[in-house]
Amino acid sequence: MLAFQILIDGFAISALYALGATGFTLIFGVSGVLNLSHGAIMVLAAVAAWAAASVLHLDTYLGALLGVAVALVAALLTYFAVVQPIQKSRRIPNEEKEIFVLTGTLLWGIMIQELIAYFFTNNAKTVLPIVEGVVDILGVRTPRNEIFTALVCCLVIGLLWLLVNRTRTGKAVLAASMNPRGVTLLGLELTNIYIVVWAIYGILAGIAGVLLGMFLGVSSYSVGPLTASAFSIVVLGGLGSVSGSLIAAFVVGYLETLTAYLISPAYRTIPALLLLVVVMYIRPQGLLGRR
Amino acid sequence: MTNTSRPPVFWSVRRLLGASAIGLLLTSGQALAADPIKFGVIAEAQAIAGASIPQAAQLAADEINAKGGVDGRMIEIVTYDNHSSSADSVRAFQRAVNEDKVHAVIASYVSEVVLALMPWAARLKTPLVTPGAASNEIPLSVHKDYEKNKYTFHGYLTSAALALSVCDAAKDLLVDEKHMKTAVIMSEDAAWTKPLDIGYEACLPKIGLKELDHIRFSPDTTDFTPIFNKIEGSKPDVIITGISHVGVQPTVQWKNQQVPIPMLGISSQATNETFGKDTNNAADGVLFQAVAGPGVAMTPKSVPFAEAFKKKYGNYPSYAGYTAYDEVYYIADAIKRAGSTDADKMVDALEKTDWEGTIGRVQFYGKDDEFTHGLKYGKGLITGLLAQWQDGQQVAVWPKEVAKGPLKFPNFIKVTSN
Repeated sequence: MLAFQILIDGFAISALYALGATGFTLIFGVSGVLNLSHGAIMVLAAVAAWAAASVLHLDTYLGALLGVAVALVAALLTYFAVVQPIQKSRRIPNEEKEIFVLTGTLLWGIMIQELIAYFFTNNAKTVLPIVEGVVDILGVRTPRNEIFTALVCCLVIGLLWLLVNRTRTGKAVLAASMNPRGVTLLGLELTNIYIVVWAIYGILAGIAGVLLGMFLGVSSYSVGPLTASAFSIVVLGGLGSVSGSLIAAFVVGYLETLTAYLISPAYRTIPALLLLVVVMYIRPQGLLGRR
Repeated sequence: MTNTSRPPVFWSVRRLLGASAIGLLLTSGQALAADPIKFGVIAEAQAIAGASIPQAAQLAADEINAKGGVDGRMIEIVTYDNHSSSADSVRAFQRAVNEDKVHAVIASYVSEVVLALMPWAARLKTPLVTPGAASNEIPLSVHKDYEKNKYTFHGYLTSAALALSVCDAAKDLLVDEKHMKTAVIMSEDAAWTKPLDIGYEACLPKIGLKELDHIRFSPDTTDFTPIFNKIEGSKPDVIITGISHVGVQPTVQWKNQQVPIPMLGISSQATNETFGKDTNNAADGVLFQAVAGPGVAMTPKSVPFAEAFKKKYGNYPSYAGYTAYDEVYYIADAIKRAGSTDADKMVDALEKTDWEGTIGRVQFYGKDDEFTHGLKYGKGLITGLLAQWQDGQQVAVWPKEVAKGPLKFPNFIKVTSN
């Protein structure tokens, strides 16, 4: 019984982690940007979906769509207002641009976080679930919303795989992650590929944020932990490796669930962080990362 | 013979200077008489519970000023947002006293913040009153080192008193009415819940509720699924809560997972009017302790204050709003009785406080009591109340004198005695 419970609960949270981390690693893999405003964009999506339903009294589906749309706009704004100006700047030496992007996105994230706290307080918000009620799976009473969350996460990750591997745009994105100079030599505009990737990222982060808002709820305090969680998963899986991030998300998700059930909910995050330290010692490039 | 007479121009300059000096003296004398009494209000402006603190304080000050102030002196509220941080609060306290020259400070609903401010109230000899922190350590520290910490007053119930209030309500509503026998304590790991849990562990067996398990969790917990599953495994009749930093998330997950066990206890966020909307009405069925609430006449002042607050700010006050409102009144009253804003005289007068506020009759425990400068708890003073979220509304259910209806639980709750 307990084993099934851990299996089911662990799957839902892992799938959500996987979706959140996929966009984060995609951006890094293609454009080399570690976007530290990731958590803020996820929380913004969830709060927008909550506000759409609670303040504007929109339908739950419309609210969820609005949340994703807000994340898409926020992601593109992050690229155009923060990342691109730094990357194109002639006054910042090339070797320092990465650290400028890190700092820029971190500050951008803090600005979003403070704005959310200012307008909507720092109390947690939850998005009304699209499906309600519970079902019995192998004797475990499971909220339908938990199953819905896991299914949507798997579906979106599957669609992303199809997009990257089966479409011309996806192949260009893949090529840009492997050899940006080669892509430009083929006559493709690298900036356009970056815009596509940031748009995909915005949609992924938006869906993950809205689902998180439905499943667990978010507050402006969630911004830091969400960025840190995505960062840990991506580093564990190997920076830039989407499949590595997926595996790492499930490792972290199940490790946390096991700890919460078998040891104590108070120590939930500790074993995953210890594992990260161990992996960094033994295999610094992460589980599936390239040296 | 020398001529001592002065030219007319000299006389006129001297007269002008003399007149100006007298005028200045008179003006400064009038300014002194009308100098405002300044209260610093340090609060968590971005949290719902904290946002009500400066608003309620301002409302009280406006009312007092409209009636002529305190012996002709107006009350001025100077507010500081502490961003829920102890370090920011200490800086705000220093600025309030050293630069803005406030006469007293009303600060925070977070125990850790108030405990950090206490040494500064002692060093800068400025009365400090908290409208919402609960830790027993606040009045205990005053008791242990009275001469140093006498400037701090605990304007909200201690965790020990809150535990008593919850147990008193649980006995009437759950043990006597519903014949419940077992409970699991679920509380967040924070300064205020340590004495609360000790209080629960002491009083629950006395009222006939056997404690089956005791779960403490980190205040940054987001996934409560394992916690609720563990509690369900113990098969208790009720979950006794001690939560403040969290509230929305455990409540929503309790409903989404359809945990069939009722929750009763301290759930600070549930005291806010917006809690229903924040949880998409998942709060229905949650029982929470409060010191006052909308439409509940704990005293004749409770309802008029709540309505005036709503009229001015658009929402009902949080629990810390009621206490902050009372605090401005009884500090002003103490200044009037002391006839001075001298800190030591204010402390003496505050110790003699006997004020009917919005939450009950406010009196403080004395120097020789264990909880020195803590609010006195008990019938005829402050008892608190128990309310329940029902159909998106907060409904008082205990004590009988203020109850507006019976208990009402959502369908997934099984009110049974295991």
